Amino acid sequence: MALLQIAEPGESTAPHEHRLAVGIDLGTTNSLVATVKSGASEVLLNQDGAKLTPSVVRYFSDGSVTVGSRPKAEQADDPANIIVSVKRFMGRGMADVARYGALPYKFVEAPGMVQIETVAGLKSPVDVSADILRTLRIQAEAALAGPLVGAVITVPAYFDDAQRQATKDAARLAGLNVLRLLNEPTAAAIAYGLDNASEGTFAVFDLGGGTFDISILKLTRGVFEVLSTNGDSALGGDDFDQAIAAHWRKMHGLASANHKDLRRMLMAARAAKEDLTTVEEASAEIQLSYGQTLNVKLSRGEFHNMTAHLVERTLSPVKKALRDAKLSAGDITGVVMVGGATRMLHVQAAVHRFFGKPLLNNVDPDKVVALGAAIQANLLAGNKSVDDMLLLDVIPLSLGIETMGGLVEKLVPRNSTIPVARAQEFTTFKDGQTAMTMHVVQGERELVKDCRSLAQFTLRGIPAMVAGAARIRVTFQVDADGLLSVVAQELTSGVVAQVDVKPSYGLTDAEIATMLQASFTYAKDDAAARVLAEARTDAQRLIEAVRAAMAADADLLSAADRALILQEIERLYHCQLGADATTIKASIEKLSTATETFAAKRMDKSVAKALTGKSLNEIAKIDPQLVKTEQ
Amino acid sequence: MSPDFSTSHFALFGQPVSFDIDEAALDQTYRDIQREVHPDRFANAPGAEKRIAAQWALQVNEAYQTLKSPLARGRYLLKQHGIDTEEETNTAMPVAFLMQQMDWREAVVAARAARDELALEQLAKDKRAEERALFELLSAQLSNRATIRDARETVRKLRFLQKLGEEIDLASEAIES
Repeated sequence: MALLQIAEPGESTAPHEHRLAVGIDLGTTNSLVATVKSGASEVLLNQDGAKLTPSVVRYFSDGSVTVGSRPKAEQADDPANIIVSVKRFMGRGMADVARYGALPYKFVEAPGMVQIETVAGLKSPVDVSADILRTLRIQAEAALAGPLVGAVITVPAYFDDAQRQATKDAARLAGLNVLRLLNEPTAAAIAYGLDNASEGTFAVFDLGGGTFDISILKLTRGVFEVLSTNGDSALGGDDFDQAIAAHWRKMHGLASANHKDLRRMLMAARAAKEDLTTVEEASAEIQLSYGQTLNVKLSRGEFHNMTAHLVERTLSPVKKALRDAKLSAGDITGVVMVGGATRMLHVQAAVHRFFGKPLLNNVDPDKVVALGAAIQANLLAGNKSVDDMLLLDVIPLSLGIETMGGLVEKLVPRNSTIPVARAQEFTTFKDGQTAMTMHVVQGERELVKDCRSLAQFTLRGIPAMVAGAARIRVTFQVDADGLLSVVAQELTSGVVAQVDVKPSYGLTDAEIATMLQASFTYAKDDAAARVLAEARTDAQRLIEAVRAAMAADADLLSAADRALILQEIERLYHCQLGADATTIKASIEKLSTATETFAAKRMDKSVAKALTGKSLNEIAKIDPQLVKTEQ
Repeated sequence: MSPDFSTSHFALFGQPVSFDIDEAALDQTYRDIQREVHPDRFANAPGAEKRIAAQWALQVNEAYQTLKSPLARGRYLLKQHGIDTEEETNTAMPVAFLMQQMDWREAVVAARAARDELALEQLAKDKRAEERALFELLSAQLSNRATIRDARETVRKLRFLQKLGEEIDLASEAIES
């Protein structure tokens, strides 16, 4: 019954089995999709033949949507319905959005995150991001001529749980299978690490359109270990544009400008900023409303002076990240420059001055994140051996719980390697107390009011006892995507109550399913066919993986287990020939359950192998040069 | 079925049960095991394998962090011997030690107020020197059955120094921003 080819998991698959996977850099200003083709990572062209797709979405009253360069060009015509830089609003409330200054949108308060009132109805930042991602998915599937197995989506390292959850929800809404959320600086380092085969401790300085991230990474023979990360989620290239526009308004006595004029001035400011990396003086002619024309100019010196404070602001997170990694600037081997804003000459000069080390900027700073994400996607999709590269990432912000007096008890400190789980016991405050409200927060400050609130939930059914007698264990678990789940259990008297929470910004799986169904209906995509195709692929992949495992580790299987697994494989194989996705999924779950004991034994064996030395195969792979030095 | 994590952290990393560990070997073994169990290896694997991998990766991270930090390692060794460090309950510390702590804390507050980075750097140096001495003491105490219970106080002293270190860091951050 040779149903499918057998391949060791992790070994590279035959060319015809190449699984289509992409890396997506969902940027504040522009988004990119990249994929690995014949071993090299490359950016895919969009329908306009461009590599960068502007992260701009326009909504029309008939419900139709446009994404990319067209709505970007139309910005000034319909500012209220053309959403730009939506990434800044992900997982953010009214108070956060207000800090961005005058924006042409009608924001509406909603549970968890703001929504925007458009002619096509209320849109949450998740909806808008999903529209961008859907366009990118359709373009990628067209370019690669087939459906995607999955995608790696990048997020700023400094994104908190709410922002990560929102990003993942948007990707799922767009019909993407998220292989992993990857931190942008880490993605950039992957792109450099593999191209340059670097070893050492690197800083990744990522100044994007709207956010600044700094990460310290250690590279050791294919292992990327993130030591620390820090940043400023409200500092980016846009702030430099704003500074220029503000300067011009002041110079020309235009204290208050309407949204259209403001938008035009910002576009001219951005162009001037870009020009000043190559010329000493930039000038522009800005057409204002009512026929007025503004002639503006700016010298490089003026620009550097008026934005020196912005450049300076990047250094404080840099120092914090170094301190967390217990390193000083001198310990850094090199600095990877990421994000279009690092093209600015005074930014480069400041970074070079601070570290005194060469800047790595030979990969296009706008593309390096997508290129790295594609490499990771290719690996996770199973096209490349995982032995070549391993990524050990950290959580960027501490997670804690509110205790008496509005204080935060930190359970998971920032820069803990993920996945991570931490438990702590709490107790009741009053006699006979049967319920307890938990407030989960993220941040570094000691007071709850200074941290970001992630979720609030109540644990009920605590047996009535005197104050301080109940033992409630709260467990925080952060998965490899950096996403949090919280479990609370009452441990005394055998009664166990348990609550799982999702952050208040997150959508439930059921909500995602409903929205996905609705969006497919609208897009006239055949949802049912897609679901069936996916279930079949999952079934085939599972059978392939299980058979490979059985071939590799036959000795770990009892005769009974072997018979049971074979029977479930047989059942699933026949089931996936049919057309009922629900039964296929149930069958997948049954086979998966049947392999639990076997899988655990296999894992024990792998760990034992890692401990007791290398197999012959691995020794052969070690560089002879290295073996010599070790002897 | 859950994997069996009852073995000690030392056994997990193939290290002898001792305060003095081979840090390079610990780091290398950590990476070797993560290569086997990290969830990224199982992105396409059946659900059962994914769950087991996640549990393993959690456990390995926890064990590594415990052994990597000398303070956590000392505390863990005592726990393995069934000795509670009483860090939350026992506040009886030698007077001279407490006086020294108070002096240092006051110096941090003063340096922060005066925005004196050099003073903070000196304090961090002094703290590190004291820590080094205490870690040496801890190592000696933990390797001898007769003195192992004395290690509790050394752990508590190191906890004070850890908090002092956090305050120095906070003060440095406050001066920078």
